[in-house]
Amino acid sequence: MSALSVNHLLGIKYLTSDDIDLIFETADQFKEVINRPIKKVPSLRDITVANLFFENSTRTKLSFELAEKRLSADIINFSAAQSSVKKGETLIDTVNNILSMKVDMVVMRHPNPGACVFLSKHISATIINAGDGAHEHPTQALLDSYSIKEKLGTVNGKKVVIVGDILHSRVALSNIYALQKQGAEVMVCGPKTLLPKYISSLGVQVETNLLKALNWCDVANMLRVQNERMEVNYFPSTREYAQQYGVSREILNKLDKEIVIMHPGPINRGVEITSDVADSQHSIILNQVENGVAVRMAVIYLLASKIKH
Amino acid sequence: MSKKLLLSAKEIDIILNRLACQLIENHNDFSDTVLIGIQPRGTFLAKRLADMLINNYNISKVELGSLDITFFRDDFRRGDKPLAANATHIDFLVEDKNVVFIDDVLYTGRSIRAALTAIQSFGRPRHIELLTLIDRRFSRHLPIQPDYRGRQVDAINNEKVIVNWKENNGEDAVYLINK
Repeated sequence: MSALSVNHLLGIKYLTSDDIDLIFETADQFKEVINRPIKKVPSLRDITVANLFFENSTRTKLSFELAEKRLSADIINFSAAQSSVKKGETLIDTVNNILSMKVDMVVMRHPNPGACVFLSKHISATIINAGDGAHEHPTQALLDSYSIKEKLGTVNGKKVVIVGDILHSRVALSNIYALQKQGAEVMVCGPKTLLPKYISSLGVQVETNLLKALNWCDVANMLRVQNERMEVNYFPSTREYAQQYGVSREILNKLDKEIVIMHPGPINRGVEITSDVADSQHSIILNQVENGVAVRMAVIYLLASKIKH
Repeated sequence: MSKKLLLSAKEIDIILNRLACQLIENHNDFSDTVLIGIQPRGTFLAKRLADMLINNYNISKVELGSLDITFFRDDFRRGDKPLAANATHIDFLVEDKNVVFIDDVLYTGRSIRAALTAIQSFGRPRHIELLTLIDRRFSRHLPIQPDYRGRQVDAINNEKVIVNWKENNGEDAVYLINK
C-alpha cells in the first residue's frame, strides 16, 4: 500500500487524486468498523491529538472527537473562548505550550485563512485543517465526495453544482478542488454579490439562475448563508434569497430528472433548503454526517502512520 | 534465491480433507460453530474448507466470515509503509459460538493475537480454536499454538513460506523460499 504524499492535511489543494483514492479506500473499512457492535479499534492508542478550536463548531468538532476516540487516540480539547488567547497569547505560543505536553497531532479550526499552513512551518506536530476562515475545509470536501461516490458509484464525470454563499465558504473552495481532482464538472450558483469575482479562474462554470443550474447537475450541494460573516447586506432580504436560491419541492418538480441534494450543515430550514426537501429521499445530508466520522478516521489513521515511532 | 516445493496440489487436497474431518469430529453439524478466515490470505483456505464441508461431507450449513486485523496489529507506525486494510465480512454475531480462526501460515503468532482482540468487536465467543495449513515451528513470539495443523515446517528466519491458491495464483502449492 502506498502512503499519503503529504504529512499534514492543510487543504485539498495539496492532495493528489491518488491520496483521495487512498483515503476513500481506508474510509470504506472504517465505515464497516463503526457499524460493528463494538465500534472501536486500538490502532492509535499511543497517539495524542489536540483539538484546537479557535472558532465555534459543533458537528466538525464532535465528528473529529468521535473519529479520534474510535481509533483509541488520547485527546485534549481546547476552545478559544475559555483560553489564554483572550489574555494575548500568540498562536505559536499557544500551540507550542500544548505540544510540550507531548502531543502528536493537532486538529485546528481558526478564523484566519492560512493559519494551518503558517503553523505547519513553525511546529513539528502533524496538522489537520478543520477549517481556516473562508479558505479550506478539507475533511468536509472529502466526506462530501465520499458521499457522492457512495450514492452514485463514482465522482468522475458527474456534474455538481455548489449553491449559495460561495464568497464566505471554505466548503466551496475545498469542494471545487476535491471534485475537480476526481474528474467531476463543477458549477457555482448564487447571487452575484456572493460569488467571488475571480471564481471562474478555478475552471468552474458560473450560473445565477438556480433552475438552470439544477437542470444541469446530478448533485446539488446547498451551502448555508453565513450571516455571521456578513458585515454588509449581500441580498435584500432572507425571504427574497429563499425564493431565488432556496431548493423546494416545487423547483425539484420542475426538473425532468432526480438529483441528489447535499448540505454541509447546519441547515437554515426554509432559507437555502425547505424542510420537506431536507428530509426527503433526494437528500443525503445524514449520510454525509455518518461518512464524516469514517473519512476523518481514515485521514487521522493515514497521517498518524507517518509519525515516526 | 532458491524455491523448494513443500506441498503439491494433491498433498494439499489430502490435507484439506483431513482438516475437514477433524473439524467435523469436534463440531458435529456446525450449528454452533463459525469459521473465520483471517484476511488477506486465510480467506481462501476458509472458503475452501467451508465448501468442502458442505459438498463432500453433507454439512447443511456452515457460517463463514472473514476478519481483517489491520487496525488491531501491534506494529502500527513501526514499518515504513502504512498498514493496508482489507474488508471484514462478518454478518452474524459470534456471541456464545465456537469460533475457528483459519489462516494459511502460523509464524510469529502476532496476527492471531490481533485476531483474538478483533473478534471481540463481534461478541464474546464461547470457545476459539485455530486452524492453519502451515505451522512454522520454533518461530513463535507469543504463546499461541494451532488446534488443527496441515503440516509442520521448520524454517529459519530468512526463509519464507508462500501458499498459492488456485483462486488467486492459478495453482494450489506451498513453497519454501530462501531469500
